[in-house]
Amino acid sequence: MKRLLDIEFHKFRYSKSSKVLTIIYLVIVVLMMLSGMIRIELNGFNGSFSDLGIFNFPLVWHISTYFTSFLKIFIAIVLVSLTANEYSNRTIKQNLIDGLSKKELILSKFYLALSLAILTTVVVFIASLILGLIYSDFDEPSIIFSQMGYLGAFFLAHLVFFCFCLFAGILVKRSAFALGFVFVWYIFEGILNIIAKIVDGLYDTSIYEWLTHILPLNAMSNLIKQPFTKIDLVESALNQITVEGIDFGYDIEWIDVASVCIWSALFIYMSYALLKKRDL
Amino acid sequence: METILEINQLHKTYGALTAVDHISFKIKKGHVYGILGPNGSGKSTTLGMVLNVVNPTSGDYKWFEGTTSNHDALKRIGAIIERPNFYPSMSAIQNLELVCKIKNIDKSKIEEKLTIVDLLGRKHSKFSTYSLGMKQRLAIASALLNDPEILILDEPTNGLDPQGIRQIRDIIQKIASNGTTILLASHLLDEVEKVCTDVIVLRLGKMLYSGPVDEMNRNHGSIFIDASDRIALHNFLKNKPYAGTITTHDDGLEVKLYEDVDNAQINKEAFESGIILSKLVHRKQSLEDQFIELTNQN
Repeated sequence: MKRLLDIEFHKFRYSKSSKVLTIIYLVIVVLMMLSGMIRIELNGFNGSFSDLGIFNFPLVWHISTYFTSFLKIFIAIVLVSLTANEYSNRTIKQNLIDGLSKKELILSKFYLALSLAILTTVVVFIASLILGLIYSDFDEPSIIFSQMGYLGAFFLAHLVFFCFCLFAGILVKRSAFALGFVFVWYIFEGILNIIAKIVDGLYDTSIYEWLTHILPLNAMSNLIKQPFTKIDLVESALNQITVEGIDFGYDIEWIDVASVCIWSALFIYMSYALLKKRDL
Repeated sequence: METILEINQLHKTYGALTAVDHISFKIKKGHVYGILGPNGSGKSTTLGMVLNVVNPTSGDYKWFEGTTSNHDALKRIGAIIERPNFYPSMSAIQNLELVCKIKNIDKSKIEEKLTIVDLLGRKHSKFSTYSLGMKQRLAIASALLNDPEILILDEPTNGLDPQGIRQIRDIIQKIASNGTTILLASHLLDEVEKVCTDVIVLRLGKMLYSGPVDEMNRNHGSIFIDASDRIALHNFLKNKPYAGTITTHDDGLEVKLYEDVDNAQINKEAFESGIILSKLVHRKQSLEDQFIELTNQN
């Protein structure tokens, strides 16, 4: 495993796109941390974001993982281009000839995806911890380290997305088209969702409910649910206008966890099967 | 003698097209093999199969008498195919370091191998800035990194200018002289003729010949012979046991030989028959002639 990681990080280190996009990722995370200082006026409320209480432990775990989730597209671009460029530069062929087995090749890519998922989780963990320590009203360790499950969900969401991108890179072989494929798949799931909602409306079924757990990108985005209504200000506003009984679920559902784990394994296996079958 | 590679009834089809048709041969240690064949004869596909990048339709192959797994065997060989494949944004050194990591070997040989191919001065330049000749030389350096037991080269001089071709050939000859087993695929005959001891001829995926270069054709060559009295010469020659077909050219007669003959003997006999020869040359058939003849059969 160490050898494969070493090989993969060697490729990662000397690729221009990976450098640029990793820097962009880090810069945006830092900028978002600084956003706590921005002063806003909303609904008669005057103050900075931090005064909204969004950086309070343990809410900060939920807020930061939710808002930095969309940034995974930057890392995903790196992964897709690293994988697809192996095809366009035909280095994948040379790697195999040099003595890497097809299994090792896919494994090394998976290890890279795994490490990047861990790395981004650690970055977000540290950033949120710093934000929380600066702005949070609570600082007892028992509160700080509660509801850490969101970080786990964050990690899993990244892992499945990276595995999906890796598969797209192997399947399509050209980085631009592979990214296009990811995007088209995203739209495809969206269309399925709409159709499911219509069918549900007509026949009193619950297909939509199932699709949100079964489709890979649905399950991924379903892992961390929106945290807006948890924010004190929004919560109090909602309480005034809505009747009791509307229940917002924030919990990470086990079915989504299982779903993304299965999809991750499936994407890796399909990449391997594809590579094994193909003549290079 | 140790067998490095044994190919047994290897077969590959792409849809209706048969690229490689039940090929079998053996590669022995210490020889320099050439795979000869026109473009599209299945050379690269055959090499692709034994290098684990093309899946055979049927048949099998064994590296090093089957003592290691295929991808471990590949760590003991050096191969470049078709064109040099490296990471464009890495320098020569970085690319070779990666190969070392894949092959699980020490990085200490990088400088030595770059010296062999005369690239030491450009070792820190990005691969994308290299000329085709330099890329090809870097590929050879990469293939040599593990001091391979066999070096496989597929069209190593393809697309190079004469100077580049010369450089690559010199390098190959140098490596061959060190006793490294080489398998060289080419459609260029003089290339194979210059360096190879054994040859495998392919055409349309079929193997036409496999064996030593000089036994490729049983022909013994021809003699070019002339005398002032050509009719007498013709009559003299046509009854000789060694003489095959006799063709008349402007500058004399060409006689295909059935067996090896001694020029002095011919000269003596002709003189004794009253014919004075003005020309007598024995010419071995060139590999090119043999190759054309072989590929035109069937």
